[in-house]
Amino acid sequence: MKIIIIGNGMVGYKFCEKLIAKNPQGVELIVFGEEIRPAYDRVHLSEFFSGKTAKDLEMAPASWYEEHGIKLYMGDPIMHLDCQNKSVKSHAGIIETYDYLVFATGSSAFVPPIPGVEKDGVFIYRTIEDLEMMRDWAPKAKKGAVIGGGLLGLEAAKAMIDLGVSDTHVIEFAPRLMPRQIDEAGSKILQAKLESIGLHILTSTNTLEITGTDKIEGMRFQNDELLEVDMLVISAGIKPRDELAKSAGLAVGPRGGILVDSQMITSDPHILAIGECALYEGMIYGLVAPGYEMAEVAIATLLGSDKQFTGFDMSTKLKLIGIDVASFGNPFSTDEDVRSIVLEDRNKGIYKRVNISADGKMLLGGILIGDAEQYNMLLQTCKNQVVLPPNPEDIMLGSRGGESEGGAGVLSLPDEAMICSCEAVSKGDICSHVINGAENVEAIKKCTKAGTGCGGCVPMVKDIVNHTLKSQGIYVRNVICEHFDYSRQELLDLVHLHNLRSYDEVLSAHGHGDGCEVCKPLVASLIASLWNEMILDKGNDTAQDSNDRFLANIQKGGTYSVVPRIPGGEITPDKLIVIGEVAKEYHLYTKITGGQRIDLFGAHLTDLPAIWEKLIAAGFESGHAYGKALRTVKSCVGSTWCRFGLHDSVSFAIQIEERYRGIRAPHKIKGGVSGCIRECAEAQSKDFGIIATEKGWNLHVCGNGGSKPQHALLLASDIDSETCIRYIDRFLMFYIKTADPLTRTATWLNKLDGGIDYLRNVVVNDSLGLAEELESEMQKLVDNYVCEWKAAVENPEFRKRFSHFVNAPEEKDPTVNFEVLRDQKKAKAWN
Amino acid sequence: MVETMNKTWFLACQVQDVPENGGVCVKVKDQQIALFHFARRGEWYATQNECPHRQQMALSRGMIGSQGEEPKVACPFHKKTFSLKTGACLSGDVEAIKTYSVMVKDESVYIFMESDEI
Ligand SMILES: Cc1cc2nc3c(=O)[nH]c(=O)nc-3n(C[C@H](O)[C@H](O)[C@H](O)COP(=O)(O)OP(=O)(O)OC[C@H]3O[C@@H](n4cnc5c(N)ncnc54)[C@H](O)[C@@H]3O)c2cc1C
Ligand code: SF4
Ligand code: SF4
Ligand code: FES
Repeated sequence: MKIIIIGNGMVGYKFCEKLIAKNPQGVELIVFGEEIRPAYDRVHLSEFFSGKTAKDLEMAPASWYEEHGIKLYMGDPIMHLDCQNKSVKSHAGIIETYDYLVFATGSSAFVPPIPGVEKDGVFIYRTIEDLEMMRDWAPKAKKGAVIGGGLLGLEAAKAMIDLGVSDTHVIEFAPRLMPRQIDEAGSKILQAKLESIGLHILTSTNTLEITGTDKIEGMRFQNDELLEVDMLVISAGIKPRDELAKSAGLAVGPRGGILVDSQMITSDPHILAIGECALYEGMIYGLVAPGYEMAEVAIATLLGSDKQFTGFDMSTKLKLIGIDVASFGNPFSTDEDVRSIVLEDRNKGIYKRVNISADGKMLLGGILIGDAEQYNMLLQTCKNQVVLPPNPEDIMLGSRGGESEGGAGVLSLPDEAMICSCEAVSKGDICSHVINGAENVEAIKKCTKAGTGCGGCVPMVKDIVNHTLKSQGIYVRNVICEHFDYSRQELLDLVHLHNLRSYDEVLSAHGHGDGCEVCKPLVASLIASLWNEMILDKGNDTAQDSNDRFLANIQKGGTYSVVPRIPGGEITPDKLIVIGEVAKEYHLYTKITGGQRIDLFGAHLTDLPAIWEKLIAAGFESGHAYGKALRTVKSCVGSTWCRFGLHDSVSFAIQIEERYRGIRAPHKIKGGVSGCIRECAEAQSKDFGIIATEKGWNLHVCGNGGSKPQHALLLASDIDSETCIRYIDRFLMFYIKTADPLTRTATWLNKLDGGIDYLRNVVVNDSLGLAEELESEMQKLVDNYVCEWKAAVENPEFRKRFSHFVNAPEEKDPTVNFEVLRDQKKAKAWN
Repeated sequence: MVETMNKTWFLACQVQDVPENGGVCVKVKDQQIALFHFARRGEWYATQNECPHRQQMALSRGMIGSQGEEPKVACPFHKKTFSLKTGACLSGDVEAIKTYSVMVKDESVYIFMESDEI
């Protein structure tokens, strides 16, 4: 049987892949693709702008087709089809006959007939070539616009912003954004969020003309208003590529699309159509998952087995400019016997709506904007008709800080539940592969392909894998990398037990291979956490992250920052003057940081020792801004000056900062001390935060600012200073010994079984009987402290390392360039 | 066509100038070359110092290691990794870096370069 496929897009490719997997006998496959490269992942097309190359997006390289005996013609579209003689002719003149023909010609962007669409600077958003043209044009453009406020239009708008066209308008004909997926209230929230990040949205706006001579200069709307733009992307919908089918006499729909039945057969029994060019029961399915399902059905039809296409769930979840948007099942339903529960939080930009059957038992559909964490769960609950809990609104709220519901969620799903709809993989499939030895997400991806499509199901796959392993009594381990088969905690114990002091010793004793950028800094940090010896000693310098190796943070352009410690944020006028003088002498940019100290930026590697020599002479020490170590203990002015102050928060902050300075941990650590409940030091956003009370101090732990803010939780209240320090000793040491690499205390606590109650038991009630050991280990680290910079400048061997050129130590890196900004310098922007 | 090669050994530095299992930057006229002493394997490598990802002169300050058998260096900026043997980017998405041959003789380290580049 000779099969010709017209079109090598996502669905055309999937057809080949699925057919080959069935290993059919006597089948010859020929593919004609119009594009100049093999099929690529159009769904993630926009990632082309965030650094992915055409090669990265490829579904399979050209060699794959060859290996599987598929003849692939690229850049050669079929121009003529003769159904009578069952033959096709390509643009290059190649003629091939077929037994069966499969249309997978996809669709093209629909371009409305607006006068001026042909001008330079007007683009569509469909192929890699389109994106290449946009990328080349964008540097010349300042004001952009997108026609179409649907899913693709908004993605194109994001692409414009990524391309640096920050002044971008979205022009939508309908009265609201994404009219097909979400309801009005949802659109409003989405619009507000998009506007808050700088997009301009014009709804109910009809473009009459695109102005300009050769090149676009502006747009004119129905109210005669003009908008100046120099770049425009049209994303006003799709148009099925049915022109070839139509000219060959196949039946097509009135608004386009090749008519197919439930077996994907067109009006000619030897011709099938799949993907975005196929019209099934009056509908074009503009997503990959239904296209893949059509490919599956078409293969069944060709191989003589029975499978029907019966429509497809069009639920989607996507991230638009960092905003989750999802709709599933029937999002709009306004029937009498449907109850809708809506949750709207305008401040946070969250909108959630679920539609529930009148008896409150079944979930019918819904919309999630701003937070779609529960999407997979809800979708599965809806599709599998899982009976809802007594308070259905709970399913919409998700985890409310307490017990994680995600786990229980996947457990309640039936085995048939479709987890990955792109690749049609059910929960049962995943579980059985886990039991057969595929013990992590990567392995599951390989053997089932789950999670390789849109990727939306990956968190759920992970949950299922972990739960299945747990139920099998398998302990889930996080090994470090290919060089060490241990978790961080296991390795820490080994290094401790065997008294190992250098990276090389650890690698030889417990690892294999030559190490890498993952295990080197991790082990170097373990060694530092255990022994607190000078981190550049014993050949450990080259195992340190670049920042630790040069005791400074590398900045854009290759210069370094200098951050002296200013404990508690208290500094004398004399020391301030020294900082100023040093900054002047070495032309450094100065800025006050969020941690109440002063950063000096733009230091040449070669100058670092001399700069530090001066600072050290004035009584400064390293601030360890470069290390996974204690950063600062922020303090408010407290009882010494503040009329509300209960205790001297500054003195306590200084005492604590000096106690824990230099100690290496799995991640950086920040602290804070406030002199009263008003909390001016924001201590509750720190890894440990201390707040004065009438009777003593309240100690809070595991708070976080940064990208995932989290309030610290109360560990102990009304304790005296000495107890407070002992608790912090235990807490920090316990964290250092048990946390995964690069895990802040907040995340560590979130993963800790039993949470804060467990931690309180360990630290305060000494439930593990470890308290004394933890305290004495901490005391050893404290006693071992030396200022790394002092040690470095005093040792000629270390000092030698701070030069840019090994063969011209006095010379600075000539490629370092600065620009001027507000009377100081800044690093040259990178491109 | 026969191409004539015009390359020579450039004296970069002494063995002891280079940290074991780490790199240094060598100035060769207007060029910057990263030189690595992979002491664990008893090997030496040289590559361009500039990371092609964001054009930063930084590879000599990167961490070296291996991926399978392949020796590699990770740029300190965004941890893109490059093969020290072929220069190919191992983390997938940027172009390859240039590599040079290295010779050690009597405690001196030499890099093999086009004569007119020296
Ligand atoms: C920017 C963007 C983002 C998207 N995001 C998502 C998403 O998040 N989720 C989702 O599910 N879907 C998404 N889609 C839609 C998805 O990409 C399509 O549903 C899918 O690509 C359809 O596959 P297809 O093979 O039917 O068509 P296509 O991938 O368009 O492939 C058709 C191919 O056939 C070729 N062709 C046409 N005529 C001929 C001819 N006569 N001879 C030879 N070759 C021909 C075309 O050049 C094309 O290469 C997105 C699309 C775009 C553009
Ligand atoms: S936290 Fe209290 S003591 Fe400290 S500055 Fe604020 S009001 Fe004053
Ligand atoms: S918030 Fe981001 S940009 Fe600002 S200092 Fe931190 S890492 Fe750098
Ligand atoms: S500059 Fe080297 S990885 Fe980005």
